Amino acid sequence: MKVMAQMSMVMNLDKCIGCHTCSVTCKQAWTNRTGVEYVWFNNVETRPGVGYPRMYEDQERWGGGWVRNSRGRLKLRSGGRFSKLAHIFSNPKLPTIDDYYEPWTYEYDALLSSPQGEHTPVARPMSLLTGKAMQIHWSANWDDNLGGSMETMQDDPILQQMSQSVTAELEQAFMFYLPRICEHCLNPSCVASCPSGAMYKRVEDGIVLVDQDQCRGWRMCVSGCPYKKVYFNHKTGKAEKCTMCYPRLEVGLPTVCSETCVGRLRYLGLVLYDADRVLEAASVEDPTQLLDAQRSVILDPFDPAVIAGAEREGIPRDWIDAAQRSPIWSLISTYQVALPLHPEYRTMPMVWYIPPLSPVVDVVTGSGNDGEDARTLFAAIDRLRIPVEYLAGLFTAGETAPVTAVLQRLAAMRAHMRNINLGTEQDPRIASSVGMTAEEVEGMYRLLAIAKYEDRYVIPAAHAESAQALEETATGCSLDVDGGPGMGGPGKFGSSSGRPVRAAVETFHALRNRQTADKPAGAEQPARVNLLNWDGNGAPPGLFPPEPGDLGYGEGPEADR
Amino acid sequence: MSTRDILLWVVLPYLAGTVFVVGHLWRYRYDRFGWTTRSSQVYESRLLRAGSPMFHVGILMVIGGHVVGLLIPRAWLEAVGVQEHAYHLVATLGGTVAAVLTLAGLAILVYRRRTVGPVFLATTRMDKLMYVVLSAVLLFGTTATVMFQLLGDAYDYRGSISPWIRSLLTFQPDPALMAHVPLAFQLHILCALGLFALWPFTRLVHVFSAPLGYLTRPYIVYRTRDAHGLGSRGPRPGWERAERPGAPR
Repeated sequence: MKVMAQMSMVMNLDKCIGCHTCSVTCKQAWTNRTGVEYVWFNNVETRPGVGYPRMYEDQERWGGGWVRNSRGRLKLRSGGRFSKLAHIFSNPKLPTIDDYYEPWTYEYDALLSSPQGEHTPVARPMSLLTGKAMQIHWSANWDDNLGGSMETMQDDPILQQMSQSVTAELEQAFMFYLPRICEHCLNPSCVASCPSGAMYKRVEDGIVLVDQDQCRGWRMCVSGCPYKKVYFNHKTGKAEKCTMCYPRLEVGLPTVCSETCVGRLRYLGLVLYDADRVLEAASVEDPTQLLDAQRSVILDPFDPAVIAGAEREGIPRDWIDAAQRSPIWSLISTYQVALPLHPEYRTMPMVWYIPPLSPVVDVVTGSGNDGEDARTLFAAIDRLRIPVEYLAGLFTAGETAPVTAVLQRLAAMRAHMRNINLGTEQDPRIASSVGMTAEEVEGMYRLLAIAKYEDRYVIPAAHAESAQALEETATGCSLDVDGGPGMGGPGKFGSSSGRPVRAAVETFHALRNRQTADKPAGAEQPARVNLLNWDGNGAPPGLFPPEPGDLGYGEGPEADR
Repeated sequence: MSTRDILLWVVLPYLAGTVFVVGHLWRYRYDRFGWTTRSSQVYESRLLRAGSPMFHVGILMVIGGHVVGLLIPRAWLEAVGVQEHAYHLVATLGGTVAAVLTLAGLAILVYRRRTVGPVFLATTRMDKLMYVVLSAVLLFGTTATVMFQLLGDAYDYRGSISPWIRSLLTFQPDPALMAHVPLAFQLHILCALGLFALWPFTRLVHVFSAPLGYLTRPYIVYRTRDAHGLGSRGPRPGWERAERPGAPR
């Protein structure tokens, strides 16, 4: 047994309202740079739908993930080592920009510079790739809320595996949102696909990263990832991906997407797993057994043998503590309500989902029945074949039993808590019918519904005794490392080449002092205003251009002081 | 032996070679982030799929042919039984196939670069210069091969050019060997020297990143956070941690 720690996430889909706050804040934090305009490390897709990039789940076409060969061994679906090198000059499975979308901006200048005329000027969409006017016909979230789905929904790879007739019916039946980030898999096929060895899994917390200095732009990781969560920066020619906001995690803060989640549906925490058994678990013959196999790889953090093993591997004591308090461990193993996304790709993904019960509840209440009655809900879960089959296509390789079990537990929790809140007679059969005790149901309720900040995010800080480095990570962009893509403009050899200087000029505390100061920063002398440092506190001189009657800044009364 | 000969066939090659070697070392040291293939496949895939493998396979054959023809002395080949006639046949046939593949691939790639909007916009000035010099090298090389090897009576470069290159590599340059080489070959060599001097400053550096290690490394790569010691940046001079001298790190 080789115990390793993995930082993982669980998302409670019942609570996702599809507001895209996670996507937007992630984009602002990480991918608002040139070359990654089309990239969303976090995206929220409406299901049923084709997702982003379009139809990424169709592995016949993209060749992502692993397959088990006849000898019971795993091989990359898009070909082994020799095949990868043979296709290195042109990757046949690489999505082009059209499979994501052509990024654009608007010709805002036309609004100001057009001559006066009869018609209001318009800001036309302009391509960020060609600089020319373009017709927008697709984007990262084109079928949001099933918009336009009549045209595209039949392309949903999960629906295609189900019977054809369900498509139209499905749209009336249900809809839900699926937020996606990198899965930080235990058996990552992107890492295995990288010819340069630039991608790696961090030993301490299992985060999968791209070494920007080693990446040579061979693009195999993009096609190798079945979730299409490695992206090619077309300006720097390097792969980039979700970093699980490791600079934040290292100082004990949740990721940007979690922190800003309006629905409070994300959970972050450690799990301990047995690294020696990952490959064996990923190679089980029957894909529907992969869920159980992956559950069995995750170790019980209370087991003395596991604790001893963790200490032997040098996992610090407070990390073991955090693993014991981890909401992830509770949701995956104790309550068993979280399921992995597409276990059939055999990458052992570590961002899990609690499938949504709300479509079922909506149907029940819509038909005039009691949506919080245990028996009615159980009957509806059994009867509403299509949603359960669809969820099974996403989370359990098509096996409906685990999905039904989770939905029944969620339904039982609803019914049980309704009885408590209304003060009616407790029915112990509700909890026992799903194999739980009343205390367990109430504990699950606290975690899922009350969802306190400190229960959702149990993040032990990094154990590098490295204050000097953490000062940097808390305030700077983690891609600001030497040669990181966040640094500098075009160099001599194309975009972002050259050796940059470190950017962290402000320490965390200096910034905070300024933000909480009474007086606006830099108000004493008129000077050029750096909007990046402006704390929003008053209007320092020079922020606005001088009024016509003014002498202008530098010549006004302040200059005489 | 004139000054011109010494300049062209001794000074220039060593200059280009020095720029090539030092340039690569410098680039690797200071611009590892810029060291990439700068692939444009996400913009356009169809033409690239035809042109890129053609060009790359062709150019690898060309490089292989040059290694055999220039670096391996005739006597060695004859010692293992490769006589002049057999050598000439293989070199000319293989060379022609390689030249056709390379030039056709290059034509497709240049056409793609010029006509596909985003690809053209992503082309730097250095790229354009490199394309011109690379095309010149390939064209002069092909011209020389067609003029002398296919149509003419097989110019014996293994008696002049090859020993000259080996004389450079052994640091006993003999420019006299190059004095009477036909002009097409001379131009080919001069353009190639220009290409070598440009090499470290272009995307051609990706040649030295051929990922052969992929064949032997384990699939999943693990790395510790502290690969570079404590923190992301080394301690400042004078602030190194106290250590017992001679203790293992």
